[in-house]
Amino acid sequence: MGVDLIFRIAAIGILVAVLNQLLIRSGREEQAMMTTLAGLIVVLLMVVKEIAVLFDTVKTIFKLE
Amino acid sequence: MNDKKPGSEAVMQIVQIIGIGLVSTVIILILRKQKPEIAVQVSIVTGVVIFLLLASKLSSVVELLQSYGDRADIKPVYFNTVLKITGIAYIAEFGAEICNDAGESAIASKIELAGKVIIVVMAVPIITSLLDLVLKVMPQ
Repeated sequence: MGVDLIFRIAAIGILVAVLNQLLIRSGREEQAMMTTLAGLIVVLLMVVKEIAVLFDTVKTIFKLE
Repeated sequence: MNDKKPGSEAVMQIVQIIGIGLVSTVIILILRKQKPEIAVQVSIVTGVVIFLLLASKLSSVVELLQSYGDRADIKPVYFNTVLKITGIAYIAEFGAEICNDAGESAIASKIELAGKVIIVVMAVPIITSLLDLVLKVMPQ
């Protein structure tokens, strides 16, 4: 599960960058901004889950809580 | 797996981790120019993935240490405190490094400060027992 998550986030990043350039070239700055924001939120939702897994693992290994 | 040499699994694992690290470094370098915010997220996920690959080994090491601590009759309070401090130090370091990488060294140093304060608070029982021992030994 781990490595494909890295690739998935990288793909989203590249896609958002390309879309951003395209939309800016065609003169739609607001939609470019919205695309950036949407990509960022999607990636953030994926990352937050992973960080929660990390914290849970650390808690169980080091007997925190 | 049994017909291979004893250390080959560990070698495979370190090769795997180095591979993940190199690939994600290249990805981050590509993304950093265009979208630095997503590059930071890739680096977070890489750190998490590498830690999760190591988590099972780390927990077996901790179990080994704990079994020796039990055999040496160390009070479990002390051992657990040291363990918890290690965990807190690891998470604080992880967060601080991410902030540092993104260029927010001020927030990184605040996270480190918080980690240190929490570690001192957790170490209070050990410190008090040490100071009690010193007071007992000291001539009145």
